[in-house]
Amino acid sequence: MASMNRREVGWAVASLGLGGVALPALAGEGTAVLPFENGERPLVRYPQKRALLRLTTRPPQLETPFSVFDEGPLTPADAFYVRYHLAETPPDVDPATFRLEVKGHVERPLSLSLAQLQSLPPQEIIAVNQCSGNSRGFFDPRVAGGQAGNGMMGNARWTGVSLKAVLDKAGVKAGAVQARFDGLDGPVDPATPDFAKALDIDHARDGEVMLAWAMNGRPLPILNGYPLRLVVPGWYGTYWVKHLNEITVLDAPLDNFWMTTAYRIPDNDCHCVAPGTTAAKTVPIGRYDVRSFITNPADGTRLSAGRPLALRGIAFDGGSGIARVKVSADDGATWVEATLGPDLGRYSFRPWSARLRLSPGRHVLKVQAVSRSGETQPAAPSWNPAGYMRNVIESVIVDAA
Amino acid sequence: MRRFLAWLAAPLAAQLAAAAAAAAPIAYKAPPETAVLAPGPNSEVAQAYCSACHSADYITTQPRKLAQPAAFWTGEVAKMKKAYGARLPEEESKKIIAYLAGTYAK
Repeated sequence: MASMNRREVGWAVASLGLGGVALPALAGEGTAVLPFENGERPLVRYPQKRALLRLTTRPPQLETPFSVFDEGPLTPADAFYVRYHLAETPPDVDPATFRLEVKGHVERPLSLSLAQLQSLPPQEIIAVNQCSGNSRGFFDPRVAGGQAGNGMMGNARWTGVSLKAVLDKAGVKAGAVQARFDGLDGPVDPATPDFAKALDIDHARDGEVMLAWAMNGRPLPILNGYPLRLVVPGWYGTYWVKHLNEITVLDAPLDNFWMTTAYRIPDNDCHCVAPGTTAAKTVPIGRYDVRSFITNPADGTRLSAGRPLALRGIAFDGGSGIARVKVSADDGATWVEATLGPDLGRYSFRPWSARLRLSPGRHVLKVQAVSRSGETQPAAPSWNPAGYMRNVIESVIVDAA
Repeated sequence: MRRFLAWLAAPLAAQLAAAAAAAAPIAYKAPPETAVLAPGPNSEVAQAYCSACHSADYITTQPRKLAQPAAFWTGEVAKMKKAYGARLPEEESKKIIAYLAGTYAK
């Protein structure tokens, strides 16, 4: 956590009786079972959230039920996944006293209120946020870490201001190499490294990286980073720092656990190694690889044979956009082209659909996307020790009778 | 989809006003912590050290039926010490590894 705001957070607690909004937690709503060993998860409603799969309680990690992705290309904020690293999560935030500090290798250090940020020219983008470890539970052999199904991702319309505009206001000095981002959350034990991430200064100033205060037209839910979070289109969620209250421009690369040890991938084309081995050289995780999912029908559905089946789903990549999606009803032996839905921008989920007629019997349905940059999904899963970047061709098994 | 498209067409200013509307402090109360460690030799040692920083479901949701549970849990305990700064004496580390590998292997 950036220490400056702890006093302000404490003040917010004191003010709660005077018009503050306390958000209640509700009881559990059954369980869900993810399709891998030890995949049972309680469905729990958190404040501002519908019932989500609870992976962990303290700090909270909540997974979006996969059926949500069939509701439309934007993921509702109340269904959006939650992932924290450290258990000193801010229990309350006062938007009136919240300040974003911009400091370090700059001409004019800044302390900006939300109102000041919101007076800058606004910007919007529809972009996917996906956890580096989305789908980790499917790794074989299994790896340690958050045992996520496919629901640690979401697509939202983010509203805020460009990071470039704020950095320009502060005046980045010559010799700057990175910007470091820190939020209100922090460790229980001071010996635990505070969660802070960095982007190269050119990336930070590309005009697309944003400081967002809203998703889907409403203030961020507290568990998704209220009142302000970083939005890094096309890049894994680890960089999308929540409750962002401190930006430090650096003249040397950030050397902390979260950059130099964690969130690293093998430095090769597949970002993979032979199962059970480690990589000789690693690099920080960056852009999403290309993925696609069938959202309808769900795995295990029983269908009527011979009747047209409306197959549909989503595809996305790290920012080139989706060029093609193809589907197979025979476990990948033959493929047909799917129809792409509305293009909401190259960082968004791209909806797709296809119509199939299935003969009686069991069918393995598959989907494969090709990005505009020419990347595609492998037929067999690749493996890395941290369980990042899974993007194998996905399958759904249905029975037609 | 129609509602989504209508929303896309809404003026940016109206969306921004809605986004800026929350002025009061926001606090949230997390649901109760219900996950517990399974009973077993030295479970109280694991409870005492591990629960200082995280809930029991960080342990209970990890994969079972591992080929080498002792190696898996030795690695995790080492990570807690080296990366996260857990102040775990050697004797207690061994007890915790034995408990985790014995209890969460099957």
